[in-house]
This record gives sequence, structure tokens and C-alpha cells, in this order.
Amino acid sequence: MTALDEVIVKDGVDQETVDAVREVGGAYKYGWETEIEMEYAPKGLNEDIVRLISDKNEEPEWMTEWRLAAFARWKKLSEPKWAMVSYPEIDFQDQYYYARPKSMEQKPKSLDEVDPKLLETYAKLGIPLKEQMLLAGVEGAEAEAVGNRKVAVDAVFDSVSVGTTFQAELRKAGVIFCSMSEAIKEHPELVRKYLGTVVPVSDNYYATLNSAVFSDGSFVYIPPGVRCPMELSTYFRINAENTGQFERTLIIAAKGSYVSYLEGCTAPQRDVAQLHAAVVELIIEEDAEVKYSTVQNWYPGDENGKGGIYNFVTKRADCRGDRAKVMWTQVETGSAVTWKYPSCILRGNESQGEFYSIAIANNMQQADTGTKMVHLGKNTKSRIVSKGISAGKAQNTYRGLVSMHQKAKDSRNYTQCDSLLIGGNCGAHTVPYIEVKNNSSRVEHEATTSKVDDEQLFYCRQRGMDEEEAVALVVNGFCKDVLQALPMEFAMEAQQLVAISLEGSVG
Amino acid sequence: MLEIKDLKASLADEDKQILKGVNLTVEAGKVHAIMGPNGSGKSTLSYVLSGKDGYEVTGGSVALDGKDILEMEPEERAAEGLFLAFQYPIEIPGVGNMVFMRTAVNAQRKARGEDEMSATEFLKVVRARAKTLKIDADMLKRPVNVGFSGGEKKRNEILQMAMLEPKMCILDETDSGLDVDAMKLVAEGVNALRDEGRAFLVITHYQRLLDHIKPDLVHIMADGRIIKTGGPELALEVEQNGYADILAEVA
Repeated sequence: MTALDEVIVKDGVDQETVDAVREVGGAYKYGWETEIEMEYAPKGLNEDIVRLISDKNEEPEWMTEWRLAAFARWKKLSEPKWAMVSYPEIDFQDQYYYARPKSMEQKPKSLDEVDPKLLETYAKLGIPLKEQMLLAGVEGAEAEAVGNRKVAVDAVFDSVSVGTTFQAELRKAGVIFCSMSEAIKEHPELVRKYLGTVVPVSDNYYATLNSAVFSDGSFVYIPPGVRCPMELSTYFRINAENTGQFERTLIIAAKGSYVSYLEGCTAPQRDVAQLHAAVVELIIEEDAEVKYSTVQNWYPGDENGKGGIYNFVTKRADCRGDRAKVMWTQVETGSAVTWKYPSCILRGNESQGEFYSIAIANNMQQADTGTKMVHLGKNTKSRIVSKGISAGKAQNTYRGLVSMHQKAKDSRNYTQCDSLLIGGNCGAHTVPYIEVKNNSSRVEHEATTSKVDDEQLFYCRQRGMDEEEAVALVVNGFCKDVLQALPMEFAMEAQQLVAISLEGSVG
Repeated sequence: MLEIKDLKASLADEDKQILKGVNLTVEAGKVHAIMGPNGSGKSTLSYVLSGKDGYEVTGGSVALDGKDILEMEPEERAAEGLFLAFQYPIEIPGVGNMVFMRTAVNAQRKARGEDEMSATEFLKVVRARAKTLKIDADMLKRPVNVGFSGGEKKRNEILQMAMLEPKMCILDETDSGLDVDAMKLVAEGVNALRDEGRAFLVITHYQRLLDHIKPDLVHIMADGRIIKTGGPELALEVEQNGYADILAEVA
């Protein structure tokens, strides 16, 4: 019996859901590969490749220039070394920067023109049934609410978006949800106005690289006063070998609007490490609110540290208007190396930023993750709850900045960083940076490190649970306040992931 | 039900022998009490029986319903029907009491090849049993033992026992830290579970718990052995005269 067989079910969750989730069991189960004919740009990175990506996406001149300027800058930069991660040097010339299924050459006009192989891939990844029906082109699926909640999905496969569901229904509400490449063509005025305004081209090495070579991603625009009628999500899948995925997400929440957005990621199991460098920009106007949840489950490499995804991601939210709110929730279980700091710029007065994170590192995984809360406006509030769990020989670092600027009078931050160690060969590190430049703000920081307690495990085992189940239970308890911040279905999945990624960490 | 023969055990780290040949047989349907001075090995006995790490069995045997349990993992012993009510119940932050109990019940059922208890069935049973122990809905939802008072923790142990329906219940100083009312509640909870298929081993310092849970036999433990066995009157004797007379008598 393993921890996976026994699921802790929240009251009100039906058996079907539990069984579906149980299917998720087993070690890294997304490690399979889709056999599909691909079209690659030549290996390596130079101006021609940048032009080629731009060309493939049929981009206007301004976009190409933007990319080229980013590329020129990138060439002058060097990789940042301050994070507590170590990995062999990345040969940026030994990568493919563009890979798309041949069948996507002619962009499908509707979802039912999409290559069945791609649809199968997403079905196998467990994208909720309704989207599958939709992706498979079943008539009337939109109207027929199978569950009581709809989730629209943009599916990104290597370098391209293969389809976006519920677009028509969302359009009725005025919401634009499409792939980035589509947005550049269809809504250039919005893209041009906002792209790079939160994460500037010059921001950091990986963001600059992304600006030059991003191939696709998701674009969301929620018009003023609109509460997005369903959750939006993007599912990123890396499939091709030796190929980096560089996607760009841009979400604009206009005055008084609301959206909840989910992001999921997986990749096949390969011996050679692969690069993923994304940029996510959120623009949140007055009284608007964005919830952004990530369940990151990239292939973590094997127990000896072979293979896995190197995940270098820049995510930032700009609360431009007064009372704007953003909430980042992330469950990081995958990747060989994670370098990621979803941040909040609290520019508007009384704006609020929240960051809830669970980072689990097992075997040889290394995670250096955290957030930046930059308080610029008056009465701004931020809250950071970070739970790091290390097992095997993994290293897990929380790195966070809380900065209260001079004008950010009466602002507040509360930070809670807890680390849990399973076994004696792993490490947990907390690196907080705090800057306060006014005397009316308050910053609180709490940090704890604990080991999974033998007494707790014995107590659980005396009651009949095996060791893995007991660890999963204790760890889920440790993570509870973060899991609670996730939408229900994701919380279930995340709880499972916690158990899976810790498999083999005890005994 | 429980047959302990010449059980010898020491602390794994210190090579210090604590149990020096315990012999004890508890029949189904019976309540046995173990009393003894501090450091006599009472709690160690309960840990060795339930399989806690850190103790090394150096001799003897323990059989539960005829099965040797010393080689079993703690969870296997639990599935066989062995339950230990902890002297100091452990806190598990973030894990709801009900989730904990249900996970435990179903883990045991599964290990025995039985069907799991559904959420609705479980809820019904747990509510009924909690009520008799005066455990309210709030306590069922709160994280396991976190912020519970001493009395609440002990009642919670008895509730878990009621839910798991073990064959062999070991109560390790369940009366410690309880006021008279709380002790009565706990004793009532235990008494309600007494039946001919179930046995109890009640470890206590004081006779007063035995006023409420009437034992069939009382054993006195000292220096890692059972040195005297008698009826309920033995507990009264200890209460009045302490252990000195008995120890002197045996020596």
C-alpha cells in the first residue's frame, strides 16, 4: 500500500473525483512522449532565428523590431549566478527555439480541425472532460454544463498554441482569451500598449531572452466591470527534444474586473535537461482583481539528477490602480531547477498583493523561489505564505524581498516562511530581504524550520496508516493554508502531487 | 487475547534494559490494570507492544490472538486490532481531526481487506460517538489535538478508539491531567466499549480511575517485571500504603 492508494477526501468531494485523481498516481506520470511530426527552426540562436519566429507567427514589423532589440541586449548580458542553484552551463546554441507540429502549419480555424494526435495528448494529460469534448468538437458541449464550473483552456504544445476553448462564450462577455500569437495579429493595439510594461525587455537575462524568442503563450483581456464568467487556464506541454519553451502570458484586468487564471505544466521524461523560460505579466487596474494559480509539474529529472526541466521564469503583477488586488498561488513540485519569483508591484493606493507557495523538492531537485512585494502606494498590503518541503538530497530556498518605499505610508506586510525537512540529506534556506524607507509601515516576518516529527509519524502509524501515508498526511497539514488558496479542483490535484512528489522519500 | 511471555526490551540507543521479563496474559472481555512506581517500565511496555522505534526487544514473545506481533510494523499491529491511547497525544497541525480518523479507519479496513467506510457513513458514526464523549462539532473539525485542553485530548483518544473498534486497547495513563468530571467522561467512554470480544490494559498511577473502570485483575509492575497480581483490592492497598510494602514483600 502506498500513500497514493489512500486519498484524504474533503467532505463533499464525490468518489468519481477521487478516483479520477487517484489515476494520477505513480511516479512522474506525464513522462510519456507524443509521436508527432514536428517542424523545427534550425538549432541555435541568432538574429535570423528571431526573425524566423516572428515570421512564423506572421507578426507586424514593430513586433519583430521589439524582439530584435531584446536579442541585441541579451547578447550583452550574462547569466545571473546569485541563486542557490547549480547546474551545468547551458549551451544556448545547442537548443531549438522553435518547434511546432507539422499539422499546425495551417493554423486550424476551429478546434475540430486540430490534429487528433494533439487532442489525444491533452486528453491523456487529464484536461477536464468538458474541454476534451470541446476540443474533439462535440456540438453543444458548451451549453451543456457537465460540472457546475467551466474552465476555458488554452493549450500550448512546444512553441505553439493548439487551441483555445470557450472563446465564443467568453467573447459574449467581452473577454478576450486567445493565444499570444493570435493577440498580436488580432489585438495589436492592446499588445503594443501593455507588452513589456510590467517586465521590461531589460529586466533580467531570462526575461530578455524570452522577449527575443517567445513563440506563443496566452493573452487575456477582461473589460471594465466584467467578472470573467469562467476560470481561464493555460496548459503548457513541452514535447520535442532539445527544445526550449519560451512562452509569454499577458493578462490585463481593466477597472473593476475579476479573473481567476490557472496554469499547468508537464514534460516528457528525458535524460537531457531542457530549458523553460517564461514571462508572465499581469496588469491590474483600479478595483480589479486577478487570481493566478500555478501547478508546476515539469519533469524533475531522475533520482540521480539526470534530465529534467530548468525552469527560469519571470512573473510579475502590476497593481496600477487603487484597490487593485492580486493573488499568486503556486504549487511547485517539478523541474530539476526552479528559479522563480512571482512578484507584486503595489503601485495603487490600498492595493493588495498576496503570495501563497508550496515548493517541494525531492531527490536532486533545486528550488530557489519566492516573491517580491514592492510597496509604492499608500496603505498597501501584502501577505506572503511560503512552505518549502525538502526530501532526498534536494535544496529548497525561499528568497523574498519586501520593499516599502517612501511614499508607501501605513503599508503592511506579513511574511511567513516555513520549511519542512524529510530525512537528513536535504536542505532548506530562507533569504529574506527587507527594505523600509518610511516610518509608518509595518513588516512582520516569521520563519520556521521543522522536521517531520517521528512522534507524529508513530501516532499516525499506531492508528493504522503506513509510513508514506502518514508523511503525506502530515505534509498536507503543513501545506494546508496554501492549498486552501487554490481553486477546489486544483487543491485536490495539488494534494495528490504532494504525495506523489514525496514518494520514496521515507523508509 | 494478549499473551506476553518473558518480554525483555531495552532502549536501542543506551543499551539500558527496561523490561526484564514481563509475563502477562489478558483474556478477551477482561480489563487488566497495571500499576507501579515511576520508572518501573509501564509506558515502555505500551510502546514496545505498539512497535515504537527506539526500543529493542531482546527476548520473549508477544502474541495477539495467537499471532506473533513483534515482527510487525506499528500499522500492521493496529490493523490486527491493537490500540494505544497515548499518555501525551500528539498534535498534527493542519490535519482535521475527522480527516485523521477517517484516514486511519480506512487504512485499517483496507489492510484487513474490508470495504472502506463512506464519507456519509463515517460522519454519522463519528457524530454519534462524539456526542457520548461530549465532543462537539468544532472539536471534530479542528486540527488533531492542536490547542486541545488536557481533557479534550484524552477524550479524543477515546473517540479514536471508539471509531477504530480495536480488540486490544492499551490505555497509557489516560487519567493523568484529568479532573474528576473529565475522568468520569473518559471512563464512561471506555466502559461503553467493554464487551466480551475486547480486552483492556489500563496503565495508571492512581486507584481513582479504577473506581470508574472496574478491573478484573490488577498487576503491580516494578523494575521491569510484574511482581504481584491480585484483584481490585490490590489497587486499594497501593492507594493506602504506597508501593513500599509490596516491594519489600517481594524482595
